[in-house]
Amino acid sequence: MEILWFSIVAFMITIYVILDGFDIGAGIIHLFIAKTDTERRAILNAIGPVWDGNEVWLVAAAGTLYFAFPLLYASSFSGFYLPLMIVLWLLIMRALGIEFRHQLHHPLWKSFWDTVFSAGSILLSVFLGAALGNVIRGVPLQEDGYFFAPLWTSFTVQPEAGILDWFTVIMGLVGLFALTVHGSNFIAVKTGGNLQKRARATARVAWWGMLLTSIAALFSVNAIRPQIWSNYTTHPWGWIFPLLGISGLAGSFLFAAKGRDTLAFAGSALFIAGMLGATAFGLYPNVLPSSADPVRSLTVYNTITGEYGLSVGLIWWTIGILMASGYFIFLFRSFRGKVVVPAEGEGY
Amino acid sequence: MDDALLIHRLHFGFTAAFHYIFPQLTMGLALLIVIFKALAIKRRDEFFNRSAKFWAKIFAVNFAMGVVTGIPMEFQFGTNWARFSTFAGGVIGQTLAMEGTFAFFLESSFLGLFIFGEKKLGQAGHFFAGLMVFLGSWLSAYFIVATNAWMQHPVAYTMGAGGNVHLTSFWGLLLNPWILWQYTHTMAGSVVTASFVMAAVGAYYLLAKRNTEAGMLYTRTGVLAGLVSSVLIAFPTGDMNVKNVVQHQPATLAAMEGLFKTEEGAPLVIIGQPDMERLRLDNPIHIPKMLSFLTYNRWNAEVRGLDAFPREDWPDNIPLLYYSYHIMVGLGTMFIAVTLAGTFLLWRKKLFGARPLLWVLMLAFPFPFIANTAGWMTAELGRQPWLVYNLLRTADGTSTMVSAGNGLFTLLGFLGIYFLIGVLFLFLVIRLINRGPDDAGTSPVHA
Repeated sequence: MEILWFSIVAFMITIYVILDGFDIGAGIIHLFIAKTDTERRAILNAIGPVWDGNEVWLVAAAGTLYFAFPLLYASSFSGFYLPLMIVLWLLIMRALGIEFRHQLHHPLWKSFWDTVFSAGSILLSVFLGAALGNVIRGVPLQEDGYFFAPLWTSFTVQPEAGILDWFTVIMGLVGLFALTVHGSNFIAVKTGGNLQKRARATARVAWWGMLLTSIAALFSVNAIRPQIWSNYTTHPWGWIFPLLGISGLAGSFLFAAKGRDTLAFAGSALFIAGMLGATAFGLYPNVLPSSADPVRSLTVYNTITGEYGLSVGLIWWTIGILMASGYFIFLFRSFRGKVVVPAEGEGY
Repeated sequence: MDDALLIHRLHFGFTAAFHYIFPQLTMGLALLIVIFKALAIKRRDEFFNRSAKFWAKIFAVNFAMGVVTGIPMEFQFGTNWARFSTFAGGVIGQTLAMEGTFAFFLESSFLGLFIFGEKKLGQAGHFFAGLMVFLGSWLSAYFIVATNAWMQHPVAYTMGAGGNVHLTSFWGLLLNPWILWQYTHTMAGSVVTASFVMAAVGAYYLLAKRNTEAGMLYTRTGVLAGLVSSVLIAFPTGDMNVKNVVQHQPATLAAMEGLFKTEEGAPLVIIGQPDMERLRLDNPIHIPKMLSFLTYNRWNAEVRGLDAFPREDWPDNIPLLYYSYHIMVGLGTMFIAVTLAGTFLLWRKKLFGARPLLWVLMLAFPFPFIANTAGWMTAELGRQPWLVYNLLRTADGTSTMVSAGNGLFTLLGFLGIYFLIGVLFLFLVIRLINRGPDDAGTSPVHA
């Protein structure tokens, strides 16, 4: 049961990062590659009908985490109090950027929300990467399983480190570049003409950033949490995750070079999935490592809820996710193909 | 009360109250929009379709506000109430996770289709998308009420080894007897809000002598749906909620009613201010023996007052609880009176020219929001000092690691952001109403 629910939560978080990742990525490049109002509306209409559903994966993943591993949810959400509140504010402002911009046809109104949307997306991508970094590095857990981390302390990696130190900043940059590539690939799929050209160019440049920061992150992980490799020694099949990630990385580059945008998008999605899968595989059974005394680490075993709740959960979760997948397939099929920018006053 | 506890309570209370402004309108409005859309198809009437689309635009702005202010609610269980989450996550994590899985995926997927997909889906498909949005939002409310009902009346659990609760019956949790009346009461309240908002817009059009056809439709729909839902919030749903409180939370009932001393033939208080220093009501106006009759159907039944309970089990803010309850009940009574008058004039075919009543309808729309909020405050303040009734005290549910200073920082942050987006929201909705249904989305309009 522990392995199963750990995998389910990891799966949901991965789907969230892949799906919301492309609309956050679209937000990152929004101000820079879309120059005219029509181009900006093309980006917003490409993500408009789906961003909300994408974000539901975050809510559903948090809910699933809550019921399967209550102590992990309570400990991490209260410990990461400050960054989570900032993430909430960013999610609020960014979403209103998408939803409020088209309500009023005034250039100042639109500029304001374009900037809010883009700035919110950039900061969110960094926070998502840094969040992963914190989980890898570990946090100063107390005996009762709780902790509190300030936003930063000295920026060095140490037991009492804050949310941001040099390692988590590197991870934040991985998040920024990876989602830039992912979002650019998505916009290249959904648009044509100059916008598509600029999206492809952005994806090409950001790909190098993604590569270099990922390599830096890999060496850093090796330095501060070498234990992450032990699962790979005992269960070598786990190498499938990093290999998938690397092939996604390569695929994203090769297909983008040939102008095969959909395959390049699949490549960046595979990279995200592979890397998150590799991290989860390496951390197991830890779900929130202790940065000081390893005995205090939160694991799937000391945070899981009762057996009965998990078994009924498995039934409804399976039904619910199959239904949700159905809606998503229907939704994405309904809005498939290149985005058509509707008349002013309709759409986004 | 220590500083951190107060901050955490204000944090959740403020963000919840602000959040609930939006879903209470969208849930009720979803029902009315689906009705308009059904009439449009049945009667092949473009006018109804335009009305459905007009209200869908107002719905969409509200929905976006509901989504963005709703995500913080789920997060705050963990961020501000960590010990409560550790304690209760094994049970209420179920309903919260189900809300995401069954309700949010449904409504978010179909909302995009409903707002932007009319041409792609055709009329039947468009109706179906609207129906799914309605279903998703009402399902979402069910899971939230089920969560709250468990906190009011915990069932289907067992105490695990670490002192945390574990679920023992899935259907026991989802069919908690507390849910039925709390859910129907909440949903009827939501329809009251939507009806009064619709009637207010209609009355405004009629009084301003513009969009007259739409004005008549919205006023008529608002008054009729408002009458049905206003009656439902009082009877049977409100009445049955009180009976649940009588049975399971007797100290809460005494505090709500301002009954300090146990009495046979207890009176129903209409007006009076609880004086917690002297433990009495000042200048009370009451109906003799009415409380005994309403709670036990006997004029001389004994109703236990606050003196029958140890002081540490009294709700910790009795005056606020008492006022919330009385404001809710008082406003609810007025809703019935106003919509009854409107329905009578409608039947006499005089409503659309009855300017005094149209003025009342136009100005009455804030009151259902106040009544719904007061209702939630009654439920939540009434549960105090318990977070989970008789199982976990509120003071024992907070995040110990989050200091009062950090809590105040983010509370002020939410106050600022919500003030900003609240102002922008009002501006946008007023603008949509002012543009009216006749040019909603048909031609480009420049500000």
